[in-house]
Amino acid sequence: MASMRDIKRRKVSIQSTQQITKAMKLVSTVRLQRAKARAERSHAYFQCMYTTVCSIISRSGNTDHRYLKKGDSDKKLVITISSNRGLAGGYNGNVVKLITKNDETADWKKEDVKIYAIGNKGREGLARAGYEIVANEADIIEEPLYSDAQMVSADVLARYESGEIGEIYVAYTDFKNTVTHVPTLIKVLPVETETDSEDEKAELSIPMNYEPEEDEALDLIIPKYVTSIIYGALTQALASENGARMQAMDSATSNAEEMIGNLELQYNRARQGSITQELTEIIAGAEAIS
Amino acid sequence: MAENVFDLQIICPDRVFYEGKASMLELNTSEGEVGIYKNHVPMTMILAPGAAVITEENGEKKEAAVHAGFIEVLQDKITVLAEVAEWPDEIDVKRAEEAKIRAERRLAEKNPNTDMARAETALSRAIARIYVAK
Repeated sequence: MASMRDIKRRKVSIQSTQQITKAMKLVSTVRLQRAKARAERSHAYFQCMYTTVCSIISRSGNTDHRYLKKGDSDKKLVITISSNRGLAGGYNGNVVKLITKNDETADWKKEDVKIYAIGNKGREGLARAGYEIVANEADIIEEPLYSDAQMVSADVLARYESGEIGEIYVAYTDFKNTVTHVPTLIKVLPVETETDSEDEKAELSIPMNYEPEEDEALDLIIPKYVTSIIYGALTQALASENGARMQAMDSATSNAEEMIGNLELQYNRARQGSITQELTEIIAGAEAIS
Repeated sequence: MAENVFDLQIICPDRVFYEGKASMLELNTSEGEVGIYKNHVPMTMILAPGAAVITEENGEKKEAAVHAGFIEVLQDKITVLAEVAEWPDEIDVKRAEEAKIRAERRLAEKNPNTDMARAETALSRAIARIYVAK
């Protein structure tokens, strides 16, 4: 059995770890509240932009626009949103897995995928897996601003237009609620629209007019659409990150609690053992004298 | 009157700016100023910095400054996706006036290095803000 001193030392060390995890949990809870409120506020824009752009595009017969048809290049650019710091459970790993699991499928060759990394952990994970990292914007994820999203979208669109890449995806973690976060991969460009239901098709029979001309209007709208998707993904990811970290730290704290309980028990047993042993020795000594 | 109203949504990246029924919406688009009633032909327009005037169901008028974005007009619904939208009481007039003077100076200088389009947008933004705020 371990000595009393060893047990005590271990207990103290676990206690200080627990203090850290507890503090981190509190911090991420506060951050989560803020990020969640923000994600909810921007969700309306994100959603509305998506439905509006889908309806605009399905109403316009023209699919020759450069943003609506597939680019010449086979290269895919994936904007990967992860966090800069770890200790968030599977949060970063799941985003990385989202991309690496496509490895086996035929149309997702590793050589064809370029990574636009936002957040250090995702970049590290994907660089280790052998993906090409074309850009790294680690600072954005700390406090994502709309202007950051504008900068990223301008950058990726420039790459798209120059023919360097043919498709743009965003990999991020969707924030369903405080405990559910779903890693999601969405295609941004070329824009894909789904019109399944009959009602929608009927409604779509009214053609859309553009002012200015259609091409010009789409030229202006699509970058805004891309920006809004990136911004939405950033706010969602930030909320998910803090949610994931809060959960991870919560379970770490309760694990520490459990370990401390066990060690306490062991320590008490060891203490009782040493007392008993001492007593036996004293009694034996006294007997020997008399 | 009630049958002439449409649903109006003005949405910004960080909030739902306005949601409600309106009988008319006036806006500044890239092609000039427009006023839209119900049953307008479906149309997509690009916003230019300017004042948006919302005439509500009860005839009350509300003004706001909207800067960039686009609008989708359907027969009974108008969605404005604005990158920036502000009510008059949210506008800092002093700052807008300073921005206006700055932009005017930059345009007057005719320095080949300045981004003219950007200075012009900045100017029209400042003008829109000042117009709405007063």
